[in-house]
Amino acid sequence: MNFEAFRKIENSVFYALLGVFGLIAAAGMGAAYYMESHGHVVTGMTNQIVWGMPHVFAIFLIVAASGVLNLASLGSVFGIKVYKVRGMLSGLLAIAMLAGGLTVLMLDLGRSDRLIVAMTHLNLTSVFALNVFLYTGFFSIVAVYIWTMMDRKMHDYSKYVGFAAFIWRLALTTGTGAIFAFLVARQAYGTALLPPMFIIMSFSFGLAVFLLVQTAMFRWNNRKLDPTIQRRLKNLLAVFVAAVLYFTLVYHMTNLYFAKQTAFEHFILLNGGIYTTLFWVGQILLGSLLPLAILFHPEMGRKCNWVIVASLLVIFGGFAQLYVLLIGGQAYPLSIFPGYEASSSFFDGRINPYNPSLPEFLLGFGGIAIAALITTVAVRVLPFLPDDSVLHGETVGE
Amino acid sequence: MSNPAKRRSILGWLAAVLAAVLLAGVLPASAHDEHGDHKVIAKGDKCVEDTAYMRRNHMKLLMHQRDETMHKGIRTTKYSLKNCIECHANPKTGSVASSKEDFCMGCHSYAAVKLDCFECHSTKPKAAGDTLHPIVAPSAQPEGKDKQSSLSGKMRWQMQANLASLNGGEGVK
Amino acid sequence: MSKVDNSRRLFIGAGAAATAGLVIAPGVTLLDLAHARPAGEAASSTKRWGLLIDSSKCATGCTDCVTACGKENGFGSTGHPETDAQWIRKVELKEIKSGNSHSLPMMCQHCAEPPCVDVCPTGASFKRADGIVLVDRHICIGCRYCMMACPYKARSFVHEEHEDQNPEVPRGKGCVEGCTLCVHRIDRDQQPACVESCKEGAMLFGDLNDPNSEISKRIATYATTQVRADLGLNTGVRYQGI
Repeated sequence: MNFEAFRKIENSVFYALLGVFGLIAAAGMGAAYYMESHGHVVTGMTNQIVWGMPHVFAIFLIVAASGVLNLASLGSVFGIKVYKVRGMLSGLLAIAMLAGGLTVLMLDLGRSDRLIVAMTHLNLTSVFALNVFLYTGFFSIVAVYIWTMMDRKMHDYSKYVGFAAFIWRLALTTGTGAIFAFLVARQAYGTALLPPMFIIMSFSFGLAVFLLVQTAMFRWNNRKLDPTIQRRLKNLLAVFVAAVLYFTLVYHMTNLYFAKQTAFEHFILLNGGIYTTLFWVGQILLGSLLPLAILFHPEMGRKCNWVIVASLLVIFGGFAQLYVLLIGGQAYPLSIFPGYEASSSFFDGRINPYNPSLPEFLLGFGGIAIAALITTVAVRVLPFLPDDSVLHGETVGE
Repeated sequence: MSNPAKRRSILGWLAAVLAAVLLAGVLPASAHDEHGDHKVIAKGDKCVEDTAYMRRNHMKLLMHQRDETMHKGIRTTKYSLKNCIECHANPKTGSVASSKEDFCMGCHSYAAVKLDCFECHSTKPKAAGDTLHPIVAPSAQPEGKDKQSSLSGKMRWQMQANLASLNGGEGVK
Repeated sequence: MSKVDNSRRLFIGAGAAATAGLVIAPGVTLLDLAHARPAGEAASSTKRWGLLIDSSKCATGCTDCVTACGKENGFGSTGHPETDAQWIRKVELKEIKSGNSHSLPMMCQHCAEPPCVDVCPTGASFKRADGIVLVDRHICIGCRYCMMACPYKARSFVHEEHEDQNPEVPRGKGCVEGCTLCVHRIDRDQQPACVESCKEGAMLFGDLNDPNSEISKRIATYATTQVRADLGLNTGVRYQGI
């Protein structure tokens, strides 16, 4: 392997990145401490909107983390070389984003100081408790996976570990989707469609994040991405985006068919204010249709910058989708007495307002910054960047 | 926020696990000997166990009792936190953890061991007159014969029992 | 030990005698007297505590049960209603077509199959042997998953620091809480504070497992409803008149 090709990020860029990400991460930790010492009363979250902005960020990071590992899986499990050289970066990003997402989730807990309790008292009927195993297992398997890819002596095992990692990541995203799929109480959740939908969302968000990071890393190293590889990756992204769109369609169609769900669907699709806007403009128009148009456009689809724009849009659409699912799903009142109009001092029967506060945003961005910090440092000390020179002389677009 | 018991240090929060393990394991053992100047606030002259035993093991007793009471509804008073607070509340502050003068905080701040009990539990005994239950189960009454040998201890149990029987008919109205 | 038990029995017997005559309505005694459980004995699954609420007796606008709950369990308004704890609330219902209206108190339904217990990652949310669903604040990490899972909106998260708790009802920032059925009162043979406070006699507390208890007899005689019975949770709180 040609180690010369793994040039490291230039000093000035490296320290600038460390500074910026470090500041954002520090702001996030400060916000978490503020929330912890004052209580959640300083956030926008209430007894109605129980999970807020931190959860949107955390779930995006966790979902995208499992999705970003796909490139490695495509390489090891399905034996496609273009993806194989991307395996290490993809594994690194998976670990980094999962770490960032879990940090946000943990720091939002009412009692973050009881992390040890969460690790030692496990109720195995809880998806959360199962996820503790899935997350820790994911870290270990992906770490071993990266080792088998990096160490020449371990190459032979790479395929098997890669296969295990692929199965594990499917289980992990299923677990994340099941957090909501197992909730019988609220109308937005409680459907077996959610775990597969989360898996396809992870494919899409993960690849968008990968494209973004890969391009940035290549730029800082003054390297150019092979146009053939770029074309393959952007086509793959388009397929994933279309698949998410399909799942979204099926989800809402099913709900519309059930009379008991129509009022909820009217809320999300027609008169839900911010949620309706985020759904149609955020998720559908900006997050799905526009990137699809860019990626399939004969001119724009070939330009690196436009692929970046499309990736950014997909990520934005992902946040919009999760916001509508999480917050919109809680904003709509519980149907405790079907057939009755309910009112009470506890806001029964009312659309619940939610105004995310600054600390929540800071904590969320802090999680992203932690993922970015891990990636930046790791890429500098170890050869994680894809080296397409090993592919020369072979047909890249096999 | 004014209560020192409820204040969390940044360090403790960031490294809660590490701090708890290290400090809880190391400090109390070395601290307890030079700690004689701390005035022990207590009613009566005898605790439910020997002082030395309590110094080392009160947390184990409390932890055990906590799970018994919470999950099984066992409400014997001998090792209950409420019972500790009854005896050890500072007459000046009425509390066991409102200042460093108080019983719990006195030691815990000296040993730098974080106290989590009073995040939720009241640091004060139930105000007099509040305890009027129609049927109080003073299971500790018999215990009083051997363990609560002190005069004040006896008096307290008697008083509670009297209150309870006095109130037998009243409280249910 | 036998001596101890004897004295306890005598004592409790005396208490029972004093209360035996207290009847609020024909056939409705205030206390079920057969439940005396020594302090050292664990709650047992031979009992299942429950409530029967008659919404036809529950007056619109009356919040006595809510006030009594707050007083007993040590919480009140903090000025931010959206983050305030509400272990019990009065719900006003209006049938959409007919306008037929009801008023009733809503609290933790103490399900036999509680979703909050299933989802709790640490086991802090648990069901006691006698059917009371509780939160063990010692191991609650404040993730709020139970609040997402509860179909009755019966749980509250403590958003702010609290002081001067009722010594019998510890509660503090960062944990989730809900109606305990006044477990501390039940354990000394008292009724939940809300039941005791209801002047209309709209709430009846008792043992659902005992066929001779007043609550069981009434459920066997009259049509009663479980809220969201479609979910199959087998609630311990039942309603009459809706």
